[in-house]
Amino acid sequence: MKVSYQWLSEYVDLSGTTPQELAEKLTRSGIEVDAVESRNAGVSGVVIGYVKERSKHPDADRLNVCVVDAGKGEDLQIVCGAANVDKGQKVLVALIGAKLPDGLNIKRSKLRGVESQGMICSAKELGLNEKLLAKDQQEGIMVLPADAEIGMDAVSYLGLDDYVLELGLTPNRSDCLSMLGVAYEVAAILGKEVVFPQTELTENGGANPIQVKIEATNESYQYHGRHFTNAKIATSPQWMKNRLMAAGIRPINNVVDVTNYVLLEYGQPLHAFDATQVADRSIVVRLANEGEKLVTLDDQERTLDEQTLLIADQTKGLAIAGVMGGANSEITGETSEIILEAAWFTPKTVRRTARMLGMRTEGCVRWEKGVDQARVQEAGERAAALIQQLSGATVSKGISSAVVSEATPAVVSVTLTKINQHLGTDMSASDVSPIFERLQFPFEVAGDKWTVTVPTRRGDITLPEDLVEEVARLYGYDNIPTSLPSGSSTQGQLTKEQQLRRTIRHHLIGTGMNEAISYALVHPDRVEAVAGLHQEKVNPVALMMPMSEDHSVLRTSLIPSLLETVAYNKNRQNHDIAIFELGRVFLTKEETLTQLPEERLYVAGALTGQLLTQNWMGAKQPVDFFQTKGIVESLFARLGIQAAQYKAVQDIAGMHPGRTAEVWVGEKRLGYLGQVHPGTEKAYDLSETYVFQLDVTALIDVAAEVGHYNQLPKSPAVTRDLALVVDRSVAAGALEATIREVAGELLESVTLFDVYMGERIAQDKKSMAFALVFRHAERTLQDEEIQQVTTAVIEALKNNTSAELRM
Amino acid sequence: MQTRLQEMKESALGQISQVTEAAQLQDLRVKYLGKKGELTELLRGMGGLSPEERPVVGQLVNEVREALEAAFSGKQQAFEEAALFAKLSSQTIDVTLPGRPVPAGTMHPLSRIIEEIEDIFIGLGFEVAEGPEVEMDHFNFEMLNLPKDHPARDMQDTFYVTEELLLRTQTSPVQARTMLKKEGKTPLKMICPGKVYRRDDDDATHSHQFTQIEGLVIDKKIGMSDLKGTLLTFARQMFGENQQIRLRPSFFPFTEPSVEVDLQCFNCGGNGCRVCKQTGWIEILGAGMVHPRVLEMAGYNPEEVSGFAFGMGVERIAMLKYAVEDIRHFYTNDVRFLRQFNRG
Repeated sequence: MKVSYQWLSEYVDLSGTTPQELAEKLTRSGIEVDAVESRNAGVSGVVIGYVKERSKHPDADRLNVCVVDAGKGEDLQIVCGAANVDKGQKVLVALIGAKLPDGLNIKRSKLRGVESQGMICSAKELGLNEKLLAKDQQEGIMVLPADAEIGMDAVSYLGLDDYVLELGLTPNRSDCLSMLGVAYEVAAILGKEVVFPQTELTENGGANPIQVKIEATNESYQYHGRHFTNAKIATSPQWMKNRLMAAGIRPINNVVDVTNYVLLEYGQPLHAFDATQVADRSIVVRLANEGEKLVTLDDQERTLDEQTLLIADQTKGLAIAGVMGGANSEITGETSEIILEAAWFTPKTVRRTARMLGMRTEGCVRWEKGVDQARVQEAGERAAALIQQLSGATVSKGISSAVVSEATPAVVSVTLTKINQHLGTDMSASDVSPIFERLQFPFEVAGDKWTVTVPTRRGDITLPEDLVEEVARLYGYDNIPTSLPSGSSTQGQLTKEQQLRRTIRHHLIGTGMNEAISYALVHPDRVEAVAGLHQEKVNPVALMMPMSEDHSVLRTSLIPSLLETVAYNKNRQNHDIAIFELGRVFLTKEETLTQLPEERLYVAGALTGQLLTQNWMGAKQPVDFFQTKGIVESLFARLGIQAAQYKAVQDIAGMHPGRTAEVWVGEKRLGYLGQVHPGTEKAYDLSETYVFQLDVTALIDVAAEVGHYNQLPKSPAVTRDLALVVDRSVAAGALEATIREVAGELLESVTLFDVYMGERIAQDKKSMAFALVFRHAERTLQDEEIQQVTTAVIEALKNNTSAELRM
Repeated sequence: MQTRLQEMKESALGQISQVTEAAQLQDLRVKYLGKKGELTELLRGMGGLSPEERPVVGQLVNEVREALEAAFSGKQQAFEEAALFAKLSSQTIDVTLPGRPVPAGTMHPLSRIIEEIEDIFIGLGFEVAEGPEVEMDHFNFEMLNLPKDHPARDMQDTFYVTEELLLRTQTSPVQARTMLKKEGKTPLKMICPGKVYRRDDDDATHSHQFTQIEGLVIDKKIGMSDLKGTLLTFARQMFGENQQIRLRPSFFPFTEPSVEVDLQCFNCGGNGCRVCKQTGWIEILGAGMVHPRVLEMAGYNPEEVSGFAFGMGVERIAMLKYAVEDIRHFYTNDVRFLRQFNRG
């Protein structure tokens, strides 16, 4: 809502309050003012002039030489290039020394040898918003009505000496979608009275011939019709145009402008019909038939349905109630007989229709939020009076009305105790009563209880808490004290799961990775570019109306988003990437969701290039499978996850079949890690990239905390190294498992410390060297004992894996 | 004899101090303290002394011996130190060469803000609650006093999955879920950080996915002053101990009264600057007293208990705190952006 400061001052005394001060006061008490703008974009020294003579420039075909009376005593000679300038016009003259919004300073000048003592201006040159100008004012100089006063300052003539307050209204304060609503609010803040506009008219015609009937009594509660004859359609006077333009509405003609003016003044949408186009002057408010068509004022043919509320005569539709009029009964330059509609439609029906048709007029905005039922007729009378005043119309006797029901004001009670408890204040009755008085809410007080009759314009107030808010905002939030909740204390802490999630995040950061957060909505083609962890087929959760295909389904795997991020970085010459994300995936087996999808928290990482920055100490060390595995293993160690098993897998979509491992603890599958499939790397335009993806809930399930410490050993350890030669296909894990199994309790640890393939052993073999550390908790081990165990180990390795000791 | 001893001492000490090589020092040691050294020789001459003189001279001899030995070992140590220094000097490295890199990652700025805010409210006795990102219309809207035809509920802003399921547009549904779980018990103090989604075209200030933190307190006799005090405490811990907050009336369907909370501009300290558009204040969160209908729907009796709720945008706080001008930086994850959040 754009509020002209000058216009507002007609309804409430603003003397002593500048537009900026008013904006601050409104904002602090609940009506946020987004901006205060001067209507004058920088005009000075421009006055109204009269073109007495116009002749062609002797040396330039397109220029005119005008003799202009600008009220300066002497006529001015002004050269003007506009095609539409003519003798007898009232125009806007920028005098010598004038300033215009585009920075132009008017000086005495010569144009092709002819002196020019100023400039005749177009509306645009004065900084007026082109969109709000009548069509004939958008081209050439601005021609004013004949009654414009010669010599008058253009700034005051055009109402540019005004400020516009732009209100950012919350949905509950639709009462401030009108000048009078704002006036009530301002009056309450400033402690002033509201002055109402003139609604008196002269019924100087015959009987009102209009018949009105409401058939759709659930959708419309009131309909009032005024009838006019002998109206002269013309442009509106300048003061009305100025105000409409200040509010952002384009003036059209005096009758339509009046409906818009009163819409702004009362917040009541009105409509005027050419009465000769209304069959039998008979109006019916009914629901449309399915498929019924109506061409609206914007020349669009609209197809209606059975829930569209229609204003019709006996033969045809005339207007879509509350949304837009029909072209068939539009007010035109020839119209002289008029029907003025002042009605009330339910917000729901207008909202629905407006949405269905994709239309959102100034009227719709007000209907949707609720129009004051108590002022429908008053607004109609105000408009009728203005139509009579501006168009000279004859007003028929009486108002044709149909009323289904009238508004009853809400009665709401609140106690002082409630107010003070809810706000934490210590107010007295003498603080509260004046606030309701300033709001002009009638009330009765009994004991510490106020019973308030809430005016229908404030439909947002229905509960005691709503009254508390009114008190609070006018009492001032700055006056409310500060305290902390005083009830019984609560233990604030993270749950174990939340704590472990932080541990995971912090640990991965410690390994050198950067945490990333990506969009959960992804492209359907890439959602499974690298598979998630679900083991049964899922359907990605798809949006009904996505904004773009790129963000149309919810992710089922974190890796594709991470690969996008790696690609994004690579395109910006960031070649060394180690990122991870903790985020949810969304899983469902349903084709169409009937219940919430399963949301699982995963942690995934992607690495490419080098983890450590290139340095002078050595060659580049590109990340590889084992770097990635090292990060995963260190995370497991941090979480106390022991005995994780890594199983080579070949069938994870998007992963390298020879360089991918699943991670298991017992029967629980935690996730996978490995190299992205070269085909997938190519699709994302990536270099060699390694990833891991783990189910956080599964990790937390198997995580362990630090328990009792192990007593430090009192006896020495004995180390034996075993270098084993095996077929290249034998997995290190298999050898280690055999060693652990056979060596039994005496084995404290086993570490693989060398892997060799090369000239010194057979071509299809590899050598793996393990360090076995033995220790007995109580005593020093004897050589024979160790010998016995190692022999058994070697024997078992021979049997299980055909391993030979390397000599 | 005593004179000779004294002279010898002087001369020996003088010679020792002049020595420049370890070998010379050894020669001197033999010359004075060796088996045939001068001091030994002198001792032999003690036989000719009177019994009265003997102990006196004996003591003097010992003193001279100790003095010489101290001088020898002092000199010896000096030589050893010099030798060691020479050896170590030959091992000199270029200390200006860069150190061996140790990996250091970074936390996402949004995570940093979330953890910081969580910790502040945990300190105030709040628990951290969570809820689904795909939510029922019922919890996202209806339980928050936004029935299906409410004007504040704009279809255009919501990503629907089905007629009844949607991507949550706010973290507030977690309030409703937590209240139901509590079955009317008080006190309830929770915050809920999480991702939310709205139909916005992504640009410098809009993102179809963003992050909110919601807070809720329900107990007997909770008043607006408690909301004010709690948020002031939060603001001071988060943004500095001299922070001020300002409440402005506003509207949310699930609170009544509703307020917007402004923070004193931390860029200019309230004097007015570009960041706060010359007002001295920055809007940082929305809040209010829980609407009685919301309490009722969630199983609380609004006649007996009351509560306050607040919600803030994590991106907004991060953008203000780190002067990030484009919200998309948080989601494109350019590592040159991420790596800047490496301190504190």
